[in-house]
Amino acid sequence: MHFTVVFSGLSGVCDRLRQARVRTPAAGSFSNVVKLKMAAVLQFPASVSTFNNYNDLYPDWTQTEVSTGTSIMAVEFEGGVVIGADSRTTTGAYIANRVTDKLTPIHERIFCCRSGSAADTQAIADAVTYQLGFHSIELDEAPLVQTAASLFRDMCYRYREELMAGIIVAGWDPRRGGQVYTVPVGGMMTRQPVSVGGSGSSYIYGYVDSNYRAGMSKEECLKFTAEALTLAMERDGSSGGVVRLAVISEQGVERQVILGNQLPKFSTV
Amino acid sequence: IMATVSVCQYHRGGFSFENCKRNALLEADINKLGFSSPAARKTGTTICGVVYKDGVVLGADTRATEGMVVADKNCSKIHYISPNVYCCGAGTAADTEMTTQIISSNLELHSLSTGRLPRVATANRMLKQMLFRYQGYIGAALVLGGVDSTGPQLYSIYPHGSTDKLPYVTMGSGSLAAMAVFEDRYRPNMEEEEAKRLVRDAIAAGIFNDLGSGSNIDLCVITKGKVDYLRPHDVANKKGVRTGNYRYKHGTTDDTTHHTLTCFFPL
Repeated sequence: MHFTVVFSGLSGVCDRLRQARVRTPAAGSFSNVVKLKMAAVLQFPASVSTFNNYNDLYPDWTQTEVSTGTSIMAVEFEGGVVIGADSRTTTGAYIANRVTDKLTPIHERIFCCRSGSAADTQAIADAVTYQLGFHSIELDEAPLVQTAASLFRDMCYRYREELMAGIIVAGWDPRRGGQVYTVPVGGMMTRQPVSVGGSGSSYIYGYVDSNYRAGMSKEECLKFTAEALTLAMERDGSSGGVVRLAVISEQGVERQVILGNQLPKFSTV
Repeated sequence: IMATVSVCQYHRGGFSFENCKRNALLEADINKLGFSSPAARKTGTTICGVVYKDGVVLGADTRATEGMVVADKNCSKIHYISPNVYCCGAGTAADTEMTTQIISSNLELHSLSTGRLPRVATANRMLKQMLFRYQGYIGAALVLGGVDSTGPQLYSIYPHGSTDKLPYVTMGSGSLAAMAVFEDRYRPNMEEEEAKRLVRDAIAAGIFNDLGSGSNIDLCVITKGKVDYLRPHDVANKKGVRTGNYRYKHGTTDDTTHHTLTCFFPL
């Protein structure tokens, strides 16, 4: 499966890292003057339209890309992993889907948490699901979480200029138990005991670093994840809705949803 | 640390959208000089869909715009995909028309190959993969609905290729008005009449509150084994009756003098 397309400028995506990126066109195809102009134009949506006179407050469908603003998180514990995500998808300032499921199954006991461009992450997840399923049938055994993470990494790195995807891969396999791998924008891959991602993650690094302890139980991990995501959703405009959680272990996958009024309460400021 | 540009851009196959960026630059230059390029015909639009007890109800307005002018007062925005799957289209009219026709054709071949009635999820996959391939340059925002062996399903599909599977969706410039109606009155497992009323009201909200939507309300009710294509379901905007007449009867102005000139034209 090929994703051989040139990057089209995105607007309305709330991932902070994007603003630091510098994009330049293919080397050697344009003169330097045009290159400078191109660099400026590329900050704007590529499909410039003369007929879009609409208010910025509601989306023009041909221009704004759908983004999963997002707060996502995954924690390893003895015997499995706990993963969690918020449920908001935005097109500019409009919430296109307030009950999104960002915890996507890649295989029976391997999930991924998606953040960044909704289209990019859905397409990548579909492609990796296919590749991993094929690999698993060839091997005739359950795939490793590291394999799934590597497939994500290969795709995210190869097409790094065209994609906007921050993914956390988490799951359980018989060889190494519960594992969390993070594949942020740019295509790095690393294993971490706890990982947060998305635009809302910036607000909870302190909370996560100070409250994480190695050797937590499943219930403690669930509580930790729910509280961290609640705090992120509280402060990040691009995250919100409900908290979706899943526990992946040898026994399988248990999913749960924490609705808005059931979220843990912190002091109101 | 964010690395920047890859030094070696070997040819990777697939599409190159370099010219789109060039065109955008040219368009900006033209606009600076005060000219404007012709506007594509868009279906400003309010489209929506709802899943009810026995199936899905899709709804759409019927106005097609070219810039600020109404190009078509009664266009059909609910497109046929397969006998059990229909698709409403918002965005660039040509894009929605062609995309739905291509997928309808491919789905028919696929259905003949499998020997089964096509599934809504299949149509969704085909549409999202095609739109992703074109990276959003095909301006088609779709509401796909239908009933198959797995039950009634409803998807919203965005131009960049992301999809959402939901019990009620709205798209188009009037989507916020329509969504307000849905969020107020949607209930799971509605009866058919209630669902049709809800969709009708949602589209009406778009028609009367959004400049890009107007004219009539089309509905499409899809159930297991039956499709009701109601076009129009509701004529919300009847054309007014002219009360005055500016025609003058023969003989109103008398012709008192006659001048006859004979002209010769060499052939």
